[in-house]
Amino acid sequence: MTLLMGAVAYDPKTVTIWTGFRAWLRGRGLPFDFVLHSTYERQVEELLEGRSHAAWNSPLAWVRASRMARARGRRVRPLVMRDTDLDLTSVVLVRHDSPHTTPLDLKDGVVAVGAVDSPQATLLPLSLLRRAGLRPGEDVAVRRFDIGTGLHGDHVGGEREAVRALVAGEVDAACVLDGNHLLFAQEGTLPPGGTRVLAQSAPYDHCNMTVVDTAPSELVEEFARLLLSMSAADPEVRPLLDLEGLTEWRPGRTTGYALLEAAVDEAGFYDSAGRITAREYEP
Amino acid sequence: MTAPPPPVLHLGGLGFERGAHLLVQRALRALRPGEELGVAGEDPALSVHLRAWCRGHGHRVRAPGPGEGGVREWVVRGRFDLDRWSDAERAGEAGPGRVLARPSPAWGLAARGALVESGGPAGPFDLADREHVWADVAPSLYARAAAEQWDPASAVDWDTPFELPEEIERAVVQVMTYLVENEQAALVVPARLLARIHPHFREVLQLLAVQAADEARHMEVFTRRALLRGGALGTSSAGGRQSLDTLLTEADFSLASFLLSVLGEGSFLNLLGFLERHAPDPITRRITGLARRDEARHVAFGVAHLHHRATLDPAFRARLRAAVERRHDALVDTAGLNQDVFDALVVLAAGEWTPEAVARGYDAVVRLRAEMDEGRQRRLVHLGFPPDEAAELSALHTRNFM
Repeated sequence: MTLLMGAVAYDPKTVTIWTGFRAWLRGRGLPFDFVLHSTYERQVEELLEGRSHAAWNSPLAWVRASRMARARGRRVRPLVMRDTDLDLTSVVLVRHDSPHTTPLDLKDGVVAVGAVDSPQATLLPLSLLRRAGLRPGEDVAVRRFDIGTGLHGDHVGGEREAVRALVAGEVDAACVLDGNHLLFAQEGTLPPGGTRVLAQSAPYDHCNMTVVDTAPSELVEEFARLLLSMSAADPEVRPLLDLEGLTEWRPGRTTGYALLEAAVDEAGFYDSAGRITAREYEP
Repeated sequence: MTAPPPPVLHLGGLGFERGAHLLVQRALRALRPGEELGVAGEDPALSVHLRAWCRGHGHRVRAPGPGEGGVREWVVRGRFDLDRWSDAERAGEAGPGRVLARPSPAWGLAARGALVESGGPAGPFDLADREHVWADVAPSLYARAAAEQWDPASAVDWDTPFELPEEIERAVVQVMTYLVENEQAALVVPARLLARIHPHFREVLQLLAVQAADEARHMEVFTRRALLRGGALGTSSAGGRQSLDTLLTEADFSLASFLLSVLGEGSFLNLLGFLERHAPDPITRRITGLARRDEARHVAFGVAHLHHRATLDPAFRARLRAAVERRHDALVDTAGLNQDVFDALVVLAAGEWTPEAVARGYDAVVRLRAEMDEGRQRRLVHLGFPPDEAAELSALHTRNFM
C-alpha cells in the first residue's frame, strides 16, 4: 500500500516541493505519493471520503476536517507541523500618522482584509475586532481582497493588496500576518516606519499534516518518524526545508486552533458538521 | 562560581523594518544553541517583528519573566544556521598558485576559495581536470591581455587620407573578407570551450574571454576597413569554410587549442606580419599590427598549455599528431585557401600591375608560406616533437592558414 497525501497547488513550486519530498521519503523506504488539489475544500473532502490518507492542511482546512470527521464518526489528528507554523499572530495595521489608538477607533471606518477564506488576514483579525466590540460589516466596513479564493490565504497577494490600500489612504486599517508585515516592510511594499500595529491577536497555530484514522497506521507512523528526522545539516534535505519554509518538523498539536474555531463560528464559515455556510465563498 | 548573566542587545529605536535583524544575528552568532539573548529597544513593533523573524530562522522567543524588566524579549538561539553550514567546505584557495587537480563539480559557479554550502546544483563544467586546461602562465597572460585592450574607435585613425587604385582596394577588401571569416572561427572556438571549463580555473576562463573579445574587435576593424570605400565585401569559398568548420568540431580542449592557437593563429602571426609589411594604406597597416599583437598572446597561451600537458604526459604528443592527421584527412579533397585570397595577397605584395611587380608579389607570398611552415615547425619542436616529425606535421596543416 502507498501512503497518499493531498496538498494544495497554491503555487507552481508545490510540484517541486512535493516531488522532492516524495523522492526523499521513497528513498528511505516509505511508499509515499501525493496528489495536488485546486482548493483546500476539495482536499478535505477527499481525505474524509477516504481517498487520501493525509492532507497538508491550512488551519482552516484542519477546522473543517475535524468537524467533518466528528460528524461522520471518524478521527483526524495533526501528525506533524512546521516549527514556523507555531504561535503566529495577526496584526491590524494603521498608518503611522493615524489618530487611532484602539480598535474601537475604527468605528465607521474601513478595514482591509485578505481573501474571504484567509484565517490570518480575514477570519482571525475580524474576530479580534468583534472582541473589541466592533461588528464587521456594520460598525466597520470591510474591504476584502479576494485573491486565490479556496487557497485559505496561502496566496499572499490579498494581504499585499490590503496594505497597498492602506498606504494609498483608501482604508483606515489593514489586517495581515505578523511575518507578512515584516515581509512587506523589507520588500518595500510598506515604507519603513510607515505603519503602526493597532492590535495584535493572541498566538495561534497554522498548517498541519492532518491524518485520518482510516489511514494505514504503520505507514503513518513511519511518515511522521521520517519527517521529524529531517535535519538542516543534511544537504539533501535542506533545499526541501527551505522550499517548504521550515527549519524543523515538530510533533502536531491541537492546542493552537481554538481562536480559529471561534472565528469560524462567529463568521458562520462552516457549520458544526463542516459544511460550507460562508456567504460569498465560491472556491 | 555563578554563570555570567546572559547578554542583552540594546537596539535603541532601530526596528526590523530598518535592519535590526543584522544586530540580532550578529549577537546570536556569539552564542551556542540553547543560550539566551535579551533584546531591548523602543521600536513599537519590535516584539511583533522579532518573533516573526526568529520563527523563520529557527530561534525561539520567550517573554521576560518578573524581574527581567528592560528586556522586551528573550531569544533562545537555535541551530538552523549552524546546521546549514556544518559541512560547508572551501572551494580550494583563492590565489592562482595552488589550483587543484580536480576541483569538485559540486562547487559549480562558487568563487575559488569561497566557503561553499553543500547541496547546490553541480555545474555543467565537463572540463574540470587541471592538466586538460591549465597553464601556469595563464594569470600573467590574462593580466597582460587585460592591459592591452584597445578601442577600435580611438586606436585607429579612420580618417587618415589615402588613395588606392581600384584593383588594389579590391584586393584589400578580399583579404579583409577572409580575415573576418577566420576571426569569427577564432571567436567561436574559445567561447564554446570557456563555457565548459570549471570556474576553479578562473584565469583560463578570463583569458579565453578576453581572447574572444580580441577576436570581436578584429572582426570589427577588418569589416570596417573592408567597407571604408563603400564597396561590397569579397568572396567566401566553400573550402575555406570547410577548413574552419573542422576547428569548431574539435571537442577536446587541448586539441582545439593546438589546432587553433598553435598551428592556426601561429600561421596567422606570419600572415598579419606580411600584411603589415605590404599594406598599401596606413589603416590596413595599423589594424593588422594591432591584431598581430593580440594573436601573439593567443599563441603564447596555447603553446604554454600544450607544453605543460606534453611535459606531464609525453604520450600526449601522439594525440596531437592524430588531431593534425585527422584534420588533414577531412580536408584532403577540399580546395583549401580561397584562390581569390591567394591572388589578393600577391597583388598586395606586388603593389602595381607590371610583370616584375607581380613576380615580386608572388615570391613574397611563397616566402610567407615558408615562414609559416618554419614557425609551425619551431613550435612543434618546442612541444617536444623531433624535427623530422615536426616538418612532416607542419606540412599537413591546412592550406587555409588558420
